[in-house]
Amino acid sequence: MIALIDYGAGNLHSVHNALIQAGAGDVAVTADPETVRRADRIVLPGVGAFRACRDALVAIDGMVEAMDEAVFRRGMPFLGVCVGMQLLADAGEEFGRHDGLGWIPGTVERIVPADSTAKVPHMGWNDVKVARNHPLLAQGEAYFLHSYHFTAADPADVAATTDHGGPLVAAVARGPIMGVQFHPEKSQRYGLSFLSRFLEWRP
Amino acid sequence: MTVRTRVIPCLDVANGRVVKGVNFVDLADAGDPVEQARLYDAAGADELCFLDITASHEARGTILDVVRRVAEVCFMPVTVGGGVRTPQDARALLLAGADKVAVNSAAVDRPAVIADIADRFGSQCVVASVDARRVGDGRWEIFTHGGRRATGIDALTHAVRLAELGAGELLVTSMDGDGTRAGYDLALTRAIADAVTVPVVASGGVGTLQHLVDGVVEGHASAVLAASIFHFGQHSIGEAHAALAAAGIAVRTPLLTPPGEGAL
Repeated sequence: MIALIDYGAGNLHSVHNALIQAGAGDVAVTADPETVRRADRIVLPGVGAFRACRDALVAIDGMVEAMDEAVFRRGMPFLGVCVGMQLLADAGEEFGRHDGLGWIPGTVERIVPADSTAKVPHMGWNDVKVARNHPLLAQGEAYFLHSYHFTAADPADVAATTDHGGPLVAAVARGPIMGVQFHPEKSQRYGLSFLSRFLEWRP
Repeated sequence: MTVRTRVIPCLDVANGRVVKGVNFVDLADAGDPVEQARLYDAAGADELCFLDITASHEARGTILDVVRRVAEVCFMPVTVGGGVRTPQDARALLLAGADKVAVNSAAVDRPAVIADIADRFGSQCVVASVDARRVGDGRWEIFTHGGRRATGIDALTHAVRLAELGAGELLVTSMDGDGTRAGYDLALTRAIADAVTVPVVASGGVGTLQHLVDGVVEGHASAVLAASIFHFGQHSIGEAHAALAAAGIAVRTPLLTPPGEGAL
């Protein structure tokens, strides 16, 4: 069973639809920590502001602990999408500094393009450049939509990058944890293939 | 490479039915927004835009059902505009599966509605519409009611303000150009695109592929929206991408379309 964590994220249903399309049989859209504890895989969606998402996730009693247990004790594959990926960082700096989950060392900061003609939000299709070999990642083009970006403390955690007035992190990975800045649920064939690989992934 | 220039087909929907859309004989139901969305998805459109032009307030809910059904079969970003007046309206559309909501006349009446929505759901999902008409040399004014009613508001000032309030994107429509097929108002598009740091979508008046190119090269738009050139089969999404690429503009790599899905 795949637990898709429901904490009010706007892209919850789109991610759900895409997981089903990618071949997921049993997806539980859930706000129940017990369900997350029992899951074989966990997906954390997220759009909007870092703080609002963090607060909503933390507000679910026992959820972060259940995620922690599933991932760190049982090694269950975990996928964070967009703000769901950004929450993996130590902290986010959108509307003040706020703690993240701290699963992948780094911070989430506003995009400041070196090229002043590059627009923010970074909105649209862009490259996913594989930074290090990872079974989930393929070279290609995916849809991005964000104004803040993940700055990893350890370059070894960066699995893919993209370029928008300078390099930006497109994916972070460590053990059973994968976080993608792009939206696989909105990236047509590229995104659905990515999700299919996640469903098969045995980290 | 940097982020690609987006090609966005726009479908007008009334009472849950497409009123201006692709008119191909092989479509089982040309009025079904889901069928249309599927075609554009398969054709490699970069995003899709639905404009709800439902007149009666009672029938407003029909667009939610459309969005829900489209989101089940299309895995591309969808913007929905028309009748979005409050954060509650935006929330309903986002939960149904829309990725962005376009706010039109509500932001003319009360610009702060942009901040209300952006604060709750993030700037990335708020598109502010700027519907303008030329009223003098290098001057444009915001018009409402399909371009019939003047507001006295300077379009450039309004656009900058909406971006400052938290709009993540501006949809700039020339009401002079809309429906004329004479091309975008390039001076209007450029004036706004150069004045804001958020992406600008050029809209209104596309009749040829060159107009799309002009929207980017001369209008400085990040995305180009068009309706009739796609809907009536004059050009495909692939041709639009190819024309932009030929002009040196970064677009997505062409899709390798399986046989039978290449109608657009």
